[in-house]
Amino acid sequence: MIAQNIAFWIIAVAMGFAAIGVVRTRNIVHAALYLVVVLAGVAAQYILLGAEFVAWVQVLIYIGAVVILFLFGIMLTRAPMEGDSDLDNDQRFPAAVAALFLLGVLVVLLLDAFGGTKIKLDAAVLATGKTAVVGDAIFRQYVVPFEVVSMLLLAALVGAVVIARRD
Amino acid sequence: MTHLLALDVGWGTTLAIKTIIILALVPAGALILGYTFLLKMMSHMQSRLGPMDPGGFHGWFQLIGDGIKFIQKEDVMPDGADKRVFAMAPVVILMSTFLIFVVIPAGPRIVVKNLDVGVFYALAVSSLSVIGVLMAGWASSNKFALLGALRAAAQLIAYELPLLLAVVGVVIQAGTMSLQGIVVAQQNGSIFGWSGIGNPYFFTQIIGFALFMVAAQAELTQTPFDMPVAESELVAGYMVEYTGFRFLFFYIGEVGTAFAFAALAATLFLGGWAIPGVHGAVADLLGPIVLFVKLMFVAFLFFWVRFTYPRLREDQLQALAWKVLIPLGLANILITGIFKVAF
Repeated sequence: MIAQNIAFWIIAVAMGFAAIGVVRTRNIVHAALYLVVVLAGVAAQYILLGAEFVAWVQVLIYIGAVVILFLFGIMLTRAPMEGDSDLDNDQRFPAAVAALFLLGVLVVLLLDAFGGTKIKLDAAVLATGKTAVVGDAIFRQYVVPFEVVSMLLLAALVGAVVIARRD
Repeated sequence: MTHLLALDVGWGTTLAIKTIIILALVPAGALILGYTFLLKMMSHMQSRLGPMDPGGFHGWFQLIGDGIKFIQKEDVMPDGADKRVFAMAPVVILMSTFLIFVVIPAGPRIVVKNLDVGVFYALAVSSLSVIGVLMAGWASSNKFALLGALRAAAQLIAYELPLLLAVVGVVIQAGTMSLQGIVVAQQNGSIFGWSGIGNPYFFTQIIGFALFMVAAQAELTQTPFDMPVAESELVAGYMVEYTGFRFLFFYIGEVGTAFAFAALAATLFLGGWAIPGVHGAVADLLGPIVLFVKLMFVAFLFFWVRFTYPRLREDQLQALAWKVLIPLGLANILITGIFKVAF
C-alpha cells in the first residue's frame, strides 16, 4: 500500500508540473508535448489502480492518436519555431475563477461520494481490470450506452466530413 | 531464466537481468537484421557482394565499425533547432522499440512480463514512435524534415488501423490477448479437427497475416511505403539534420522495430516459440532458437518486398490503407467471428 501511495504522489506531482507547463509555455508545440506527459501520467495512475486494459487504451487513443492529430494540425497550419505564438490573452482572471470553481466542485463531490472508502488492491479488485471482464461489462451490461456513444461519434465524424467538403 | 539456472534471486536482481537483456536485444537485433538483409541480401539480389573486408569473413564487422564511427562523430545541432525536443526525439523512438520486447515470449517461462493485454500493449507502445518522428521533424527547423515528419504521421496513423484490425482476428480465434496465451492456443489448436501441427494462425488467418505484413511494412516506413524518408525528394525526411550517435539511435530504432514487428508476426501467426510436440523445459531451451528462425523468415519477407517494389505515391498510399486494407480487415473480423461461433 505504501509503495502505491509513494508512486501515486510521484506521478501526481509530475503530472501537475506538466499540466502547468501546458498552460504556461509560450510555444504551442511544447504545450502539446507537455500534454503527452500528463496523459502518460493518467495511464500510469490507471495501472496503479489495476486497470491495465484502460491504461493501454489511454496510451493508444490519447497519446497515439489524439495528441498526434493535435501536433499534425499545428504543424500543418502554423508551426512557429521560436517566440510567441499568440497563446496568451486577457482572460487569465476568468480562467482562474473557472478552474478554481471546477476544482472545488470535484473535491466536494469526490469527498462526499468516496471520502471514507478504502480500496484494498486484492485479487478480487485486480481481476476487474482484466480485459475479459471489461469486455463482458461493455458488451453485456452496458451494451446500449456503448452503442449510443458509438452512434454519437459516428454522427460527429459524418458531420465533420460534411462541413469540410463544401461542394 | 532464473528457474532454468535453479537460482533463487530477488525481484530486484531479476528486474536488472531482464532490463539488461532487453537493452542488449534491440541493438543486437538491429545488427543481425542490418547485416543479413540490408547489407548482404540486398547486395546479392542486386548482383553484387556488399561489404567483404571488415572483420575478415564476408564483412561481418561492417555495421559494428559504422556504429563506432557514429559514436565518435561531433554532436551537431542545427542553428535554429529546438534543442531539448531535438535531443529527445531519437530517445522517444528508441524507447517505443524497447518497450515492445517486454511482452514477446521466447519460451514457456522466458518472457519479461506476460501481460493480460499482451498484443494490445505491444501495438500501443509501438504507436508512440510517431510522437518521436513529429518531434524530430519539427525541432530540426528544416522544411524537408517537417514535410517528412508530416508524411510519416499521416502514414503511420492510416496504417495503425489495419494493423490493429489484422490482430483482432487472431485474438478472436485464440480467445486471449496475452501473447503467451496466443502461442499456447496455436500449439494446442487444430485446423478443422486436424491437430497434427497445432494451428499456426498463418493458415486460418491468412488474410490477417497479409494485412499485418502490409501494415507493418508501412509502420516501418520501408519501401514501397517510404514516402516519409524518400531520398530523391526529401533527402532523408525527418532525420535529415541528425548525425553521429543521434542518427545511430534512429538507425537502431528503425531496424530494431523491424526486428520487433517480425517477432510479433512470428508469435501471432507462426506459433512463436512453439514447435509441435515440444513442451516444458525443453521448450524453454529450444524456444529462443525456434522464435529466432521464424522471426528471420518474417524479416526476410519484409526486406524482400523492400528491395523489390517501387515507391507508392502519397494518394495511392492513403487509398490503399483506407479503401482496401481497412474494409478487408473488417470483413476478416466478421468472417472469423462467424466461424468462431459456428465451429
